[in-house]
Amino acid sequence: MMMEFTTWDILRNLLLAARWTVLLSLVSFVGGSLVGLAILFMRIGKNVWLKRFAQGYIELFQGTPLLMQLFLAFFGLGLVGVDVPAWLAAALALTLWTAAFLAEIWRGCVEAIVRGQWEASSSLAMGYVQQMRYVILPQALKIAVPPTVGFSVQVVKGTALTSIIGFVELSKAGTMVTNATFQPFIVYGFVALIYFALCWPLSKSSQILERKLNVAHRNH
Amino acid sequence: MTYSFDFSWIGEYLPVLLKGVGITVELILVGAFFGVALGTLCAWIRALGPLWLRPVVGAYVEMIRNTPFLIQLFFIFFGLPSLGFRMSELQAANLAMIVNLGAYSCEIIRAGIQATPRGQFEAGASLAMSPIQTFWHVVLIPSLQRIWPALSSQIVIVMLGSAAVSQIAAEDLTFAANFIQSRNFRAFEAYLVSTVIYLFLAIVLRQLLRGAGALLFAKRRAAQ
Amino acid sequence: MSLIEITEVRKSFGTNEVLKGINIDVDPGEVIAIIGKSGSGKSTLLRCINGLETIDSGSIAVAGAQLLPDELHLRALRLKIGMIFQSFNLFPHLTAGKNVMLSQMVVKKVPTADAEATARKMLDRVGLAHKFDAYPEELSGGQQQRVAIARALAMQPMALLCDEITSALDPELVNEVLAVVKELAAEGMTLLMVTHEMRFARDVCTRVVFMHQGRVHEIGAPQDVFGDPKTPELKQFLGLQAA
Repeated sequence: MMMEFTTWDILRNLLLAARWTVLLSLVSFVGGSLVGLAILFMRIGKNVWLKRFAQGYIELFQGTPLLMQLFLAFFGLGLVGVDVPAWLAAALALTLWTAAFLAEIWRGCVEAIVRGQWEASSSLAMGYVQQMRYVILPQALKIAVPPTVGFSVQVVKGTALTSIIGFVELSKAGTMVTNATFQPFIVYGFVALIYFALCWPLSKSSQILERKLNVAHRNH
Repeated sequence: MTYSFDFSWIGEYLPVLLKGVGITVELILVGAFFGVALGTLCAWIRALGPLWLRPVVGAYVEMIRNTPFLIQLFFIFFGLPSLGFRMSELQAANLAMIVNLGAYSCEIIRAGIQATPRGQFEAGASLAMSPIQTFWHVVLIPSLQRIWPALSSQIVIVMLGSAAVSQIAAEDLTFAANFIQSRNFRAFEAYLVSTVIYLFLAIVLRQLLRGAGALLFAKRRAAQ
Repeated sequence: MSLIEITEVRKSFGTNEVLKGINIDVDPGEVIAIIGKSGSGKSTLLRCINGLETIDSGSIAVAGAQLLPDELHLRALRLKIGMIFQSFNLFPHLTAGKNVMLSQMVVKKVPTADAEATARKMLDRVGLAHKFDAYPEELSGGQQQRVAIARALAMQPMALLCDEITSALDPELVNEVLAVVKELAAEGMTLLMVTHEMRFARDVCTRVVFMHQGRVHEIGAPQDVFGDPKTPELKQFLGLQAA
């Protein structure tokens, strides 16, 4: 059955679906931050086994396609559960994937803190946890903000792949509307513009934050 | 409720997997070569090229970097034919990867160019080289050397992202996995095997890029 | 009884033996300058005393407490000994005052008001009471180093280790830091300093240690070490300094 779609109909349908893109991005980013923090502490900690686990985790999730991770989450959860909704597999895979990248970004920030800061705090009799909490992390956090905001763009774009395991968000809606209207050029053009509207402010603020940080550093 | 894993199908479907690996490798080789070439051209324009062209390239870079690869792929494969650009699945996949890597590598290479000491440009000019000659002979190789690790990671990311081309039926490794699981209903195993292959490809690619960097910049290092 | 007892200390980095059996005893109130060429092991020795480097053999004891490589012993030792670094190492995200307050509060659990009072007193002692709210990046190198001294003093250490604390400073800023150190010496603080300031070593120190190739090559009162060097290595070193 053919239906007449106005441009506004197309846009409205896409925007409604974009809500799910935003929600999934937020959930994955917050979840990924929490898991990523745990991975970070394993990665930079002193326990050799935890460190190896974290290294392997990061290598695995950074070295394989997100799409494969989504498939494995979808069908893997299917092996243990009965019925797996696509959103659950999507949120799980994206969270684990985000965690790997954030842990690695943050590790770089912690390691960028010069050795003298560790030595000075050691010489003041601070223990590892105190050094981390009062000296290292406050400084690392500051330089971590721009790349973290920058990575959130990758998370938003990553959600597009969840359409492939059947989660109905912006990309899936784009395909569905295209199939109904036979206007792929306009529909995918709009889809791209909506993604751009979501991502560009994040990219831009990451750049601005980065520049601010560099200026602050040059004044030292 | 126990699930027993079954990998006995691998032998039967090995040719399918290998063909998929072949296409994925072809995609990344073509994509990396032309993508970095495009990125170099764009980086030159952004950093040193004609002023009126800079915002055009800037818009291209921002557009690509802020939209998902999957949508770029769909736009090229489904959207462009309505403008009269018709192409095969593989051509569309190749084009999408080149356009995608072109934008990312543009920004990376530009950072390398902008870190070039002023004196290098001045030395080139004082030897009566044209700006383009100075760029090509003096500036480019050290710039690439500066950002080679970042560029290498981006190429690996694009290779992993190529899994999406299965969605326009380009017959890559992911397409092979989709095909296999639709025949043998062993979805988890099929994707697990292809994931392991991707991991292997990523590790090999990283080593190759490291080797290529060593080769490309060997003279320079010997001269230092 | 000696405050710091360094006995047969050896330390290697890989196959390179940097300390080849060091013996020094430091009495309370002594001011000791450690001099020598770069690579003679003088900075490494200082870092070993504070446990920033682990020693391979021998022993270091401070006020009777042994230096052992576990966290608990290290922290006990570091409560007794403060350290000042060549590169200041102030915490850039904290004001001068907060730099001095931090470890009092988190290590010694001193209440905020008391920590602040101590911090103000210590900053006043190094002549920087008015810089309590300044961030390190707003201070000159000499001022930063004086804050670092105040930060170490706030922990009420029994001795201070100074690792080339004026080497990173512009020449005109060196004296303001040395003046503070001189005052500490006059007040009876035990000081162990690696330094290139020969005049300062001669005027202020009770003993001078000349290190050469990982060993204590000569040790004695400043007038002996500078006035009557026994070994050709020390003569050559002092000649180089004068040149």
